[in-house]
Amino acid sequence: MSVRVQSEPFDAGAELNAFSMGAEGAGAVVSFTGIVRDIAGGLDVMEIEHYPGMTEKAISGIVAQAQQRWDLADVLVIHRYGALHANDQIMMVATASRHRVAAFEAAEFLMDYLKSRAPFWKKEHTKDGADWVDATDADEKALDRW
Amino acid sequence: MIDVLYFAWVRERIGEPKETVETSAVTVLDLVNELRAREERYALAFSDLSALRVAVDQELTEFDAPLAGAREVAFFPPMTGG
Repeated sequence: MSVRVQSEPFDAGAELNAFSMGAEGAGAVVSFTGIVRDIAGGLDVMEIEHYPGMTEKAISGIVAQAQQRWDLADVLVIHRYGALHANDQIMMVATASRHRVAAFEAAEFLMDYLKSRAPFWKKEHTKDGADWVDATDADEKALDRW
Repeated sequence: MIDVLYFAWVRERIGEPKETVETSAVTVLDLVNELRAREERYALAFSDLSALRVAVDQELTEFDAPLAGAREVAFFPPMTGG
């Protein structure tokens, strides 16, 4: 398992290749990459704040839950913080398992939990000002299926 | 003595990211009520607890959680990771 919380950009393609090569015995690798969207138009900066210390613990806890539920050969989570811009890669998740169902399901589980249980907060800066992004009911409801 | 941390708009409303508080609060809610009584900016930040989340020693918990032995309490809005 590898969990990285960093401000620097990462190369999702290179990360995925290295992850796949290292996942011994895996017959399936699934990955998800999150990209900063300019939803309203005119996004200057997407500021991502986090809780150093708790962030790493919370993500590792979520990964441990996934490993209990599914037979996973390996898991990778990278999440950035700091000042990002539209189209920047903000985070990625990769899961490796013997069969694809576990890899797909675990990746979705990780994404659902990272969204509302990992201590990150997004603030959108546009020319009109800055607003914190609200969590949605859908984010919270997404946890019910697990 | 307990470290109290604030994140996102809670941090902005309180005006600082972290402070050390002398308190005899038994639960998180007791601490919130002590802070509310201090100054208007705290009362504003803590006006609607349903809009807030709390972590004690970096574990998510509820407002009725005990503070015995806790070193760090953090208040923040619902998280928006991913």
